Amino acid sequence: MEFAVLLATPLGGSMLLALWGHRRRAAEINVALSLVTFLAATALTARVIGEGNLLTGRDQFFIDPFNVFLVALTAFVGLTTAIFSRPYMRVEIEHGRLNAHRLRLYHSMYQLFMAMMLVALTSNNLGLLWVAMEAATLSTVLLVTLYRTPASLEAGWKYFILCGVGIAQALFGTILLYFAAEKVLGAEGVRALLWTDLAAVKGELEPTVLSLAFVFLLVGYGTKVGLAPLHNWLPDAHAEGPTPVSAVLSGLLLNVAIYAVVRCKVLVEGSLQSSLPSNMLMGFGLLSVVLAAFFLWRQRDIKRLFAYSSIEHMGIVTFAFGMGGAVANFAALLHMTVHSLTKSAIFFAVGHAAQKAGSQRMEDIRGLLAMNPTIGWGLMLGSLAILGVPPFGVFASEFLILTTAMKQQPWATPILLVALGVAFAAIFGRVQSMVYGEATGRRLPHQPALLPVFAHLALVLLLGLYIPPYLAEWYRAAARMIGGG
Amino acid sequence: MNFTSLDLQLLNTCAALLLLVSFAMLSQRRIVSLVNLLALQGTLLCAATLLLAWRTGQHHLYLSAALTLALKVVGLPWLLHRLIRRLEVYWDTEPLINMPGAMLVGLVTVVFAFGLAQPIAELASTATRNAIGIAVAVILLAFITMITRRKAMSQVVGFLSMENGLFFGAMSATYGMPMVVELGVALDVLVAVLVLGIFFFQIREQFDSLDLHHLESLREDQ
Repeated sequence: MEFAVLLATPLGGSMLLALWGHRRRAAEINVALSLVTFLAATALTARVIGEGNLLTGRDQFFIDPFNVFLVALTAFVGLTTAIFSRPYMRVEIEHGRLNAHRLRLYHSMYQLFMAMMLVALTSNNLGLLWVAMEAATLSTVLLVTLYRTPASLEAGWKYFILCGVGIAQALFGTILLYFAAEKVLGAEGVRALLWTDLAAVKGELEPTVLSLAFVFLLVGYGTKVGLAPLHNWLPDAHAEGPTPVSAVLSGLLLNVAIYAVVRCKVLVEGSLQSSLPSNMLMGFGLLSVVLAAFFLWRQRDIKRLFAYSSIEHMGIVTFAFGMGGAVANFAALLHMTVHSLTKSAIFFAVGHAAQKAGSQRMEDIRGLLAMNPTIGWGLMLGSLAILGVPPFGVFASEFLILTTAMKQQPWATPILLVALGVAFAAIFGRVQSMVYGEATGRRLPHQPALLPVFAHLALVLLLGLYIPPYLAEWYRAAARMIGGG
Repeated sequence: MNFTSLDLQLLNTCAALLLLVSFAMLSQRRIVSLVNLLALQGTLLCAATLLLAWRTGQHHLYLSAALTLALKVVGLPWLLHRLIRRLEVYWDTEPLINMPGAMLVGLVTVVFAFGLAQPIAELASTATRNAIGIAVAVILLAFITMITRRKAMSQVVGFLSMENGLFFGAMSATYGMPMVVELGVALDVLVAVLVLGIFFFQIREQFDSLDLHHLESLREDQ
């Protein structure tokens, strides 16, 4: 029941908003739909905590501790982004960057995007997971090009082609997985791609085929995670799209992609009994962290800066999942949560800061604290949180990852520390010069909704100080399931 | 599953023709012909699927063949032809690698593809396992077509050709994916082309051309 509401609300909502068009209250309907989705996700979470794993829809959908926490997170950030985007998009219209027709496209595609991410997260069928990932990409292509500027068209094209090719590799990987599964599970049913069935027989799957499949799946879904050297689409898509889209791309879509990689890794590791998948994840993760940290220095656009920071954090998460084991997985899951909350909060603050300055170039943004203390503090605290300053949650997860790395992969610790230091210096210096100084910006025609920024940061702070026991139990169950190490 | 040698020969002919079409795509600069080649590739795929469906008695393959016919032989080429007429893009500019160069790269790719497919083909129990190498080659050739072209339209044809190669791979290795997945993939491809249609008009409105060298201004330090 909760589950049906969870998927049907955004799907139906997307159609409703497409028909509703640019009549009044479209933004409020968008918020209301996101609220219903969030309530359904909360109810579903409560049920899974109470009754354990859930298998539904003729076994095509599956909820376990690993994906239920991502479902709750996705629905929550989806709700806060909808709240944030209401005044933000109005300001954009008044500034003449958008018109009401495009807003219809935006609202409709926003709901569709949420629906596809939720399908991808809850699907038990690895083929359907692929289909939903591709659909999530397609629904955001037109959102990235919403402003129709030359730069946004270029970003949209890059996003489409790179992710299209990437995800085609993932389809080949899925075909190979099916090929191996069909030998064990039999060709007759449609069950040979069901994750639960595959996980039960993962030890019997043919190792050669699975290692080949994993390479394709990692490259394919890794493109969507933004792992270096496949990350080129990510900064462009984040910088050129509207800010609410940057927030959900960075905060949610990257998580969904990494979720797909980890699901595949569990199967392949069970079959291979070797460290190939772990090593590949660690290698790609470390490369992303290092490359992103150094690219941070060259950025002049504020949204590109934080897009590179997302690549860095996805690299850290990938590295942690690569190390595997209960502690590293726990830390990686925590890091996914806090990164998602913090980064979307930062994008909210950045969006309004750029609107006030009338530019995304960091040299044009000055004196945020004097101009609007809430935006200024939002950006400052958000940046400190994402840089891993205690007592925020990012510190807790990074600390856990670093200490585990010291035990399991000592060679990687100095590399990680240097990259984190470089990133700290790059981002902190830039943010400082944007926050302090004299006020130069203009007044916004609508009051920005900054409640989501502080709600997210409060949650991140809470997770840094104290993780509620049921949440910790939930992370631990997911971490055990992912295994490895 | 009783395959006569004639069936196998027919299937292998289809596979070989698919590869030939991929090479033709690599060298074709007229965009209308490129789309026609894509339709031909779809037809061959459809024929191979029908033959397999008839010989193996797997009913879902008939559905899959019908889907290929509707989407890849009729639907998408029609849509692309319409786009070409509306946007008036008939020729691609000189590709990044000239034709003989592209052919040479293509040949090396085919050898590599057969090497890559070797371990899978050894494990496969399907009668069509020899075609897996060809499927991988079609995918890689389509990839090369994509990266050497400058017009957005040719890149899209390359993308769809890659999708054809993936379908052929799934068919020759496992007699097709489960129906839900095939339907989903087909839907995604259709939506992708529709989205691209909208996208082309946006690019065109902005730059007055579909040449992708306009889309090279975003760099790292901006």
